[in-house]
Amino acid sequence: MSTNDEKQLKTTDSSRRKFLKNSGMAVGGIAVGGALGGLLGMNGTSEPAEPASTSPANSHTENHNVALMYFTPEQFSITDAATERIFPEDDNGPGAKELLVAYYIDHQLAGGWGTGATEYTSGPFFPGEPTQGYQGRLNRQQIFTIGLKGIQDYSQKTYQKNFPELTEEEQDAVLTEFDEGNVQLSGTTSSHFFSELRTATLEGAYADPLYGGNARMAGWEMKDFPGHQMSYLDIIEEEFTEIKPKALNSQHNH
Amino acid sequence: MATKLPKTDAVIIGVGWAGGIIASELTKEGLKVVGIERGNDRKTEDYYMMHDELRYAQRHGMMQDLSKETVTFRNNEDMRALPMRRYGSFLLGDGVGGAGVHWNGQNFRFLPYDFELRSQTIAKYGEGKIPKDMTIQDWGITYDEIEPYYDKYEKMAGISGEDNPLGGHRSNPFPTPPMKKTVNMKLFEEAAKKLGLNPYVQPSANLSEDYTNPDGISRVACQYCGFCERFGCEYGAKADPIVTVLPVAKETGNFELRAHSYVTRILHDGNGKATGVLYTDLNTGEEFEQPADVVVLTSYVFNNVRLLLLSELGKAYNSEDGTGSVGKNYAYQIRIGKSTGFFDDKKFNMFAGAGGLGILLDDYNGDNFDHTDLDFIHGGMIIHQQTGQRPIANNPVPSGTPSWGQEFKEASLKYTNATLTVSGEGASMAFKDHYLDLDPTYKDSNGDPLIRLTYDFKEQDRKLAEYLAKRCEEILIEMGADHVDTMQELAPYDVAVYQSTHNTGGVIMGADAETSAVNSYLQMWDVDNLFVVGASAFPQNAGYNPTGTVGALSYRAAEGIVEYLKNGGGQLVQAKKEKQKA
Repeated sequence: MSTNDEKQLKTTDSSRRKFLKNSGMAVGGIAVGGALGGLLGMNGTSEPAEPASTSPANSHTENHNVALMYFTPEQFSITDAATERIFPEDDNGPGAKELLVAYYIDHQLAGGWGTGATEYTSGPFFPGEPTQGYQGRLNRQQIFTIGLKGIQDYSQKTYQKNFPELTEEEQDAVLTEFDEGNVQLSGTTSSHFFSELRTATLEGAYADPLYGGNARMAGWEMKDFPGHQMSYLDIIEEEFTEIKPKALNSQHNH
Repeated sequence: MATKLPKTDAVIIGVGWAGGIIASELTKEGLKVVGIERGNDRKTEDYYMMHDELRYAQRHGMMQDLSKETVTFRNNEDMRALPMRRYGSFLLGDGVGGAGVHWNGQNFRFLPYDFELRSQTIAKYGEGKIPKDMTIQDWGITYDEIEPYYDKYEKMAGISGEDNPLGGHRSNPFPTPPMKKTVNMKLFEEAAKKLGLNPYVQPSANLSEDYTNPDGISRVACQYCGFCERFGCEYGAKADPIVTVLPVAKETGNFELRAHSYVTRILHDGNGKATGVLYTDLNTGEEFEQPADVVVLTSYVFNNVRLLLLSELGKAYNSEDGTGSVGKNYAYQIRIGKSTGFFDDKKFNMFAGAGGLGILLDDYNGDNFDHTDLDFIHGGMIIHQQTGQRPIANNPVPSGTPSWGQEFKEASLKYTNATLTVSGEGASMAFKDHYLDLDPTYKDSNGDPLIRLTYDFKEQDRKLAEYLAKRCEEILIEMGADHVDTMQELAPYDVAVYQSTHNTGGVIMGADAETSAVNSYLQMWDVDNLFVVGASAFPQNAGYNPTGTVGALSYRAAEGIVEYLKNGGGQLVQAKKEKQKA
């Protein structure tokens, strides 16, 4: 860790303490229950515990995009763990965690995609036939909230543990049950939620990095996708050619 | 109370390809034209951040906002129609240029057979070849009659291509030479030739070289950047109304474009004359009446039908007895019959491409092959395309591979640039119970009923799709694919699965006023000064993309409108009573 990073971490710590103090969450160094109780040590000090996610990219403190717009920390950690099983790190390269896919999903849920801003949401609502597309009354914010809680509840019921604490095999087993529609959810089906989660995972791995995922274009690099290029005139008639990817920021203000 | 504006010669509803072409042709003749467009105005410079798959392909950045207006859908009359809440099967354009901005540029002429489909099918195979509920009709215009308009449109757009060995005759060669041939396109070409078929490079509206058209508009050549479909072209290399016909109309000083203005009704006097349109400025909510000598309805298929029905113009189609014509003969495109080939030791530059880049053959299109022993009519082109494979949508894995997890990741990365698809683009026949009408339940944001679509695949479509898929597979095997996945059975039509934005019909053209809504100039039989232009005029759809034919029909309609305005009005075509049954 560079000196610079350390300095920034200190700043973060000090502002967190300030917040705790101002909000009256810590009384005389003893942690109390409530929203931020889990962040506080139980050893009588007010030093915060490690935050939920410790993925490598999360330590990129210069990336101000790495914060939450919609998820609770619990929802984030379930999403982070589940997307890593959908798109795991392997010999080809990083998985969803390192690509910051869960941050991408968080940011998307906070906007129009999360609320269905450009979808037809007027009633009346009927279940419809499979050929008639999505007919639910829930938007994606609601579907993710219900689905992620469903994953946690199912993990607790089956393994008496939270989803992020399960082994990879156990996590896969849980997600398979969701994928196959075997878990009862209220207002949506587990298979519908899973298909939304899967699609969002691929988007987070492969969308332009400007959206917060596909960190350092590593998704594109694995996929031999050159991203934003102005011209392929030179290679269009050639055999397969590897091209170093470029993102849209290479185009902006140039 | 609507503010009444000064009268104009012609008012155009919807400024896409049809509206743009007509605006340019009329204003060049000195006529005053007002173009009313519900979306925003835009220009090529707006497309600087266009190479964004998430924003434009996944989130449909250029499409109509479905929260305000959508269509309802049911497979048959026994089902309850429900709103298309999210995009799927087709993508509705929005804004100046319309769907003409985000199209791929795949640009075709229909076959001579297409225009006389019913009579030629009967002449060759007898009446019995056409199922009782199949309501296909002739167009009221032959290929030879429409050919000069194809020629005019292609010169305007600078269409690139080479002769189709099995197509209709051309009065002139393509304005620009064919697009470049990629390694995989050559594989297709060699395989097809070995099988005794007739491949040719796809005609394209992505310019193969710099080009100046007869209107004096110059555009640069395509860069094969791989962002055409669902995107606008930042180079202006892909022909769209904004870089071709609209600047010509504006230059005359006779064209006024009113964007963010939504036409809610076509006004008429009750005696067979349209008097103008009623529209709302979407920014202020103010209502205006725009009187005009001629009203030209050039929105997309769905709104062409919807606005006629809302305005109580023409006779609404009745599916029980087959009377009426507005909403009749909705058709689509049978694009699911295809085969996917996976290559284990070969990669291709599939990330690169152009919307109109591809190679195809018409050996199984139209009546280019004998149907005596087949239980369907028509067919479709068979095409291998290279439109640019973007990474979110393109995660091909051989059948049997899991859809997530390590095995999926491994396979999808391996085959990303090693998967080639050969697909059939099947013609879509019209049927008595496939139509558009007003939905009884669901409304748009103005409180007007949505359009209701009743459509499903029929036995004709299943047989055709299976037949084309097998032909695709034969070619892919010959191309050397290591694994081939081929569509086995056509499932019911699903509005949530993207197929094509090739919706047609509803205001169909013909020679007989009883069985069609518009004549061969797209002039309404019932209302002399109302022209309804677009793929809504197709009596049924061919085995090709529709835009080239929409362009040709737009030039013909423009000629008709000029004649109508300069020669004192009246019907431009004498209606014929045809033997053909509705």
